Amino acid sequence: MRVALSPFRAQRSLAARRQRGGRARRRRALYWGFIYAAATAVASVVLAPFVWLLISSVADPRDLLARPLRWIPEHVSFARYSSIFVGGMSDTADTFRAALVNSAIIAGSSVLISLTVGILGAYATARLRFPGRRVGLVLMLSTYMLPPIAIIVPLYLIMVQLHLLDTRIGLIVVYCSFITPFTLWIMSGYFRSIPRELEDAARVDGCSRLGALVRVTLPLAWPGILATALFGFLLAWDEFLYALIFTSSTQAKTIPVAIAEFTGRFAVDFGMIATGGVLASIPPLFIAFVFQRYIVGGLSAGAIK
Amino acid sequence: MSGLRLLQGRAGSNLRRERRTALLLILPSLAVVFGIILYPLLRTLWTSLFDVNSPFPGSYPFVGLGNYRRTLTNPDFWAAVRRTAYFTIVSTLLELGLGILLGLLMNVQFRGRWLLRSIMVLPWALPTIVNGTMWRWIFNPDYGALNALLTQMHILSHYRSWLGSPSLALNMVVLADVWKNTPLAAFLVLAGLQTIPKELFEAARVDGAGPIRTFFRITLPLLSSTILIILVVRTIEAFKVFDIIYVMTRGGPANGTQTVAYYAYLQAFSNPLFGYAAALAYMMALFILGIALVYIRLLRQEVEF
Repeated sequence: MRVALSPFRAQRSLAARRQRGGRARRRRALYWGFIYAAATAVASVVLAPFVWLLISSVADPRDLLARPLRWIPEHVSFARYSSIFVGGMSDTADTFRAALVNSAIIAGSSVLISLTVGILGAYATARLRFPGRRVGLVLMLSTYMLPPIAIIVPLYLIMVQLHLLDTRIGLIVVYCSFITPFTLWIMSGYFRSIPRELEDAARVDGCSRLGALVRVTLPLAWPGILATALFGFLLAWDEFLYALIFTSSTQAKTIPVAIAEFTGRFAVDFGMIATGGVLASIPPLFIAFVFQRYIVGGLSAGAIK
Repeated sequence: MSGLRLLQGRAGSNLRRERRTALLLILPSLAVVFGIILYPLLRTLWTSLFDVNSPFPGSYPFVGLGNYRRTLTNPDFWAAVRRTAYFTIVSTLLELGLGILLGLLMNVQFRGRWLLRSIMVLPWALPTIVNGTMWRWIFNPDYGALNALLTQMHILSHYRSWLGSPSLALNMVVLADVWKNTPLAAFLVLAGLQTIPKELFEAARVDGAGPIRTFFRITLPLLSSTILIILVVRTIEAFKVFDIIYVMTRGGPANGTQTVAYYAYLQAFSNPLFGYAAALAYMMALFILGIALVYIRLLRQEVEF
């Protein structure tokens, strides 16, 4: 089909196109302006509360209690941080210090145990055929959704009988019960994504099943293991209800419990609680920022799988 | 692969050996998870049938389903259910809606997108208790940053007690929860968006569909599985809400923020009506299990696609 274009018509369409081009450019500018404005607004709403927590942790109490409030404190001091690190300066600081140590030990140990136990189970569910494999996996996942309040009273009585109340070991044992199913579920999916042939080859060459797991599959699965370990750590670090019920002194109290305890009191300097909050946030924030790619990837894979 | 396994020969004894290995590998996980959960869970069921009012062993009158009946006829329980439903529905819908918008924003290619993504990780990684404490401080009636901000901007003429009246306090807790949990929804939406083939959007543009129509006809339907997962995960979490309530309001003022989990906690640990609390916990667990079953069914459908 031939389309005859008169010079007049061509000129007119050119003008129309130019005009349309101008409108499109204006529309594009408006679009990008909107995108940047939205991004800036979102970033400020997300950052502002946390920045205020940071400021509160270094501001002098006089600045924090001023009316009208001074957003930039006149007196800045890191004394609260040093009182937590050095110790022996105030009761609150010492509690926070002990609680941070407890949290680190409890979260670290429960992840280590859950990972070891969970990886073996995950390997079995991913590679071996046995009756009840599916049901087992689903049951594991459903325990993960159980509200803690449904088991906490009998658990408390068991703890009393075994003298595990207010001990780190008691909390580690309880934390393993919810980190292990999580580890097993995620690692089972991860093992299934690693080709089985590599292991089969190793076994033909005389490796035992466990030998093949340790020498071939585990080295290949380390990104999955790392992501699972970090997630497990975040879960344990964040846990509150069990720690609230099962611990009472600085022997085993974790940082969320210490913070919640001081938040309820009136006479405590809020700057000190803010300092505890900032310190409690450092490990999870560090993990989240450094391993952002893993976390976001693992998050979506774990949730959608 | 199957050739190799056939070469190993004797399928029957092989399968039996495989089962034995599988059992050996999965036993530690089963022991950790069910050893810690199963007995307390059954014990709670047993307790829920008796009128137990102290943590010590003894003989308590058997009441059958009396505790359940008492729960279902108690106006306090229904008030807690209403508040939990409000909290769950409002926070989940806000998180979903804002999560979709922020997911779309993070998917746009603009300079500084990496920065926005990094910033968005912050609320997600912040420990729940720190989040609650931080917002409680911001909402403080005498020295809070929100009061200072709004009065300095002349939006408010005098300081308000944000956590001082029942319904306002509940809304403020919802706000704190939405701030923390929206990024998770946004990252899930982002992951979902990245699985949609770009050709679909190009085809829609060629066909002359505008951005709004493309969103409703292509983006939203293809995000439906992500949206369902966000809804179910957030519903379960919101229904179990405890930590943020404990640290921000302790269920007050005038029980205005007392959710079902908090109500059950009070019955067990401050009243102590263990039988009643056990019945409550069981009903909660059954309700969550119902949602979890929907979740698992959806997940299984996903895997089959």
